[in-house]
Amino acid sequence: MSAPLLTIEDVAVELPTPRGNLRAVDHVDLSLEAGRTLGIVGESGCGKTMLSRAVLQLLPKKAKLTGRVMFDGQDLVRLEPESLRRLRGRDLAVVFQDPMTSLNPVLTIGTQLMETIQEHLELDAPAAKARSIELLAAVGIPAPEQRLAQYPHQCSGGMRQRIAIAIALSCEPKLLIADEPTTALDVTIQAQILDLLAREQRRRHMAMIIITHDLGVVAGRADEVAVMYAGRVVERAPTQALFKRMHMPYTEALLAAIPKLETAPHTPLPAISGRPPDPTRPLKGCSFAPRCNYATGRCHEAKPVLTSAEMPGHLYACFHPIRMTEGIEA
Amino acid sequence: MMQLAVRPAPLLNVDNLVVEYGLGNKTVHAVSGVSLQVARGETLGLVGESGCGKSTLGRAVLQLRRAKSGRVMFDGEDLTAMEGEALRRMRRRVQLIFQDPIASLNPRRRIGDIVAEPLIIAGIKDAAERKRRVHEVLSAVGLDPDLVVGRLPHEFSGGQCQRICIARSLVLNPEFIVCDEPVSALDVSIRAQILNLLEEMKARFGLTLLFIAHDLAVVKAVSDRVAVMYLGRLCEVGPSEQLFARPAHPYTALLLQAIPLPDPDVRPAESVAAGEPPSPIAPPSGCRFRTRCPRADQRCSAEIPELREVAPGQFAACHHPLA
Ligand SMILES: Nc1ncnc2c1ncn2[C@@H]1O[C@H](COP(=O)(O)OP(=O)(O)OP(=O)(O)O)[C@@H](O)[C@H]1O
Ligand SMILES: Nc1ncnc2c1ncn2[C@@H]1O[C@H](COP(=O)(O)OP(=O)(O)O)[C@@H](O)[C@H]1O
Ligand code: SF4
Ligand code: SF4
Ligand SMILES: [Mg+2]
Ligand SMILES: [Mg+2]
Repeated sequence: MSAPLLTIEDVAVELPTPRGNLRAVDHVDLSLEAGRTLGIVGESGCGKTMLSRAVLQLLPKKAKLTGRVMFDGQDLVRLEPESLRRLRGRDLAVVFQDPMTSLNPVLTIGTQLMETIQEHLELDAPAAKARSIELLAAVGIPAPEQRLAQYPHQCSGGMRQRIAIAIALSCEPKLLIADEPTTALDVTIQAQILDLLAREQRRRHMAMIIITHDLGVVAGRADEVAVMYAGRVVERAPTQALFKRMHMPYTEALLAAIPKLETAPHTPLPAISGRPPDPTRPLKGCSFAPRCNYATGRCHEAKPVLTSAEMPGHLYACFHPIRMTEGIEA
Repeated sequence: MMQLAVRPAPLLNVDNLVVEYGLGNKTVHAVSGVSLQVARGETLGLVGESGCGKSTLGRAVLQLRRAKSGRVMFDGEDLTAMEGEALRRMRRRVQLIFQDPIASLNPRRRIGDIVAEPLIIAGIKDAAERKRRVHEVLSAVGLDPDLVVGRLPHEFSGGQCQRICIARSLVLNPEFIVCDEPVSALDVSIRAQILNLLEEMKARFGLTLLFIAHDLAVVKAVSDRVAVMYLGRLCEVGPSEQLFARPAHPYTALLLQAIPLPDPDVRPAESVAAGEPPSPIAPPSGCRFRTRCPRADQRCSAEIPELREVAPGQFAACHHPLA
């Protein structure tokens, strides 16, 4: 096994708010090897985006970050802003949920691609243009040469996300972070974009983090899955192991809440009641306790820590892990 | 409950509806001759990719956008022929819920006023009566009226905003609601809560729904029948279970294959959904799906396929339907 490309060590992110300190990420440890895909799953507001922004060093100004983010041998938390800027866009790339976050509405697609390429790679204009066309073709844009002269608003949502991916891939990054890359898109386009990311990843031996609230999106595409709740990683396992035998009631509940095609119409969905706790008011016990079907008195008193399960690489944080092997409504 | 095929007079009967938008000197063919029926108490799901005309159809049914031709019969009356006071009275009986719950609430108005607004527009002058109705619907959607009426939309999460929108749509006691992608912007856990809530409200208030979404599993969860739309036309319509078990139209089959399954042993088939829909400004001749269809032949570009019954209650518009 090679040394990990990325190691997140004891990372915590705090944000000052009028209501008090908000702990968006609560001491997370994760690692990822070159060429592998990690899926980060959890409900809205549970800290997925803040964790990825901690890796990218793109946190809001007032945020307080502790811990280490080791990427390719250096600690990003302690890196000079100038070196960081060079790293981002080159070795470290990102694709956001809304492609317009990374696209400039007043510049043509060609200008944006070529600027990124020329900023990070030593290529002259004709070479940068040739490479732009190649990239657009690689992400499945028909007639790429004509697209170069167009503006983002002239493209559909799916096209824009392809272009954002082309820009992210343009400098052959070692790590690509995709934050809900398909949440805003239709199922058919979603499938195309996920296929595209997987194909480019294999071809480039790139590491990838896919962030989503839908376990269905990572099931067939991630090597490993980390489930986040209230700022913490509460379960983590190789994907096969996780789906074969999930230990966390929260993971089970997330899976059960997805409508299934096999289920008859008008069957009530097993929804998780309520919302995650207010992150400015951390709970004493397990953060999931108020919503958990398995909670006991102990769950309200103490915080479960990540513990190893039988399968290698499988960790969970729960006092009463699910014991059964069947019965999950999947 | 499955609705029986024998439905004497549907509550909603859309007949050959055509809706177009002008775009410079071009025409966007958003809805091109759609016919469908919804029985009283039924939920009809409407699925299709972005831009295929689902919202346009929903808005044209409610007369928020006037159709170029075709008819919309609601409870025996032709909405397309109605104007002025008659139309306003009719509008109380039909409502709309939008995709983006936060954007559809006025950020400067208090929740109590937002939910009461349809009552004011409908001319209900009695303030006590309005308050009673507002409290009733807010409780029905699982919010505590006393805690929410005085607050502003930004103080609520996306899921709570969607509950507020649902409350607002219920306040006039409508019979029919068009739900336009009500859960697309919500994460999995809130989505499940809102879908359950819609089902509950439907039973409690005896509603009839047109439920629009692009996620087939979401649509199936709440619909008695499902209509599949592509580039302004209906491809297929039929009872939910049957349609998903045995799709007859190649486009329905493609949509089904594109669903990400929460099962790591099922490797997603590579690019089942190749290509994007063509522009509705210049839709393909014949079958509009032919540019992406694996079964397309000469006939498909020459001849528009009509909806034909392929199994009891299931209709497909295809020259070469799947067995
Ligand atoms: N700029 C900010 N200032 C203060 N709090 C913030 C800021 N950005 C995010 N938060 C809070 O940090 C917590 C974690 O947010 P984050 O966006 O990382 O969650 P997420 O899982 O990505 O959610 P979503 O799916 O909604 O994007 C939330 O409670 C959020 O409200
Ligand atoms: N106001 C408008 N002017 C011009 N074209 C429009 C307008 N509204 C919608 N369209 C076009 O009509 C088609 C159908 O749109 P819409 O009904 O909103 O699709 P959906 O709801 O399925 O996403 C699309 O091609 C869209 O771009
Ligand atoms: S520790 Fe207790 S409350 Fe937390 S997930 Fe496990 S059983 Fe539920
Ligand atoms: S009519 Fe032809 S092109 Fe259209 S769906 Fe059927 S086989 Fe495909
Ligand atoms: Mg996020
Ligand atoms: Mg729409």
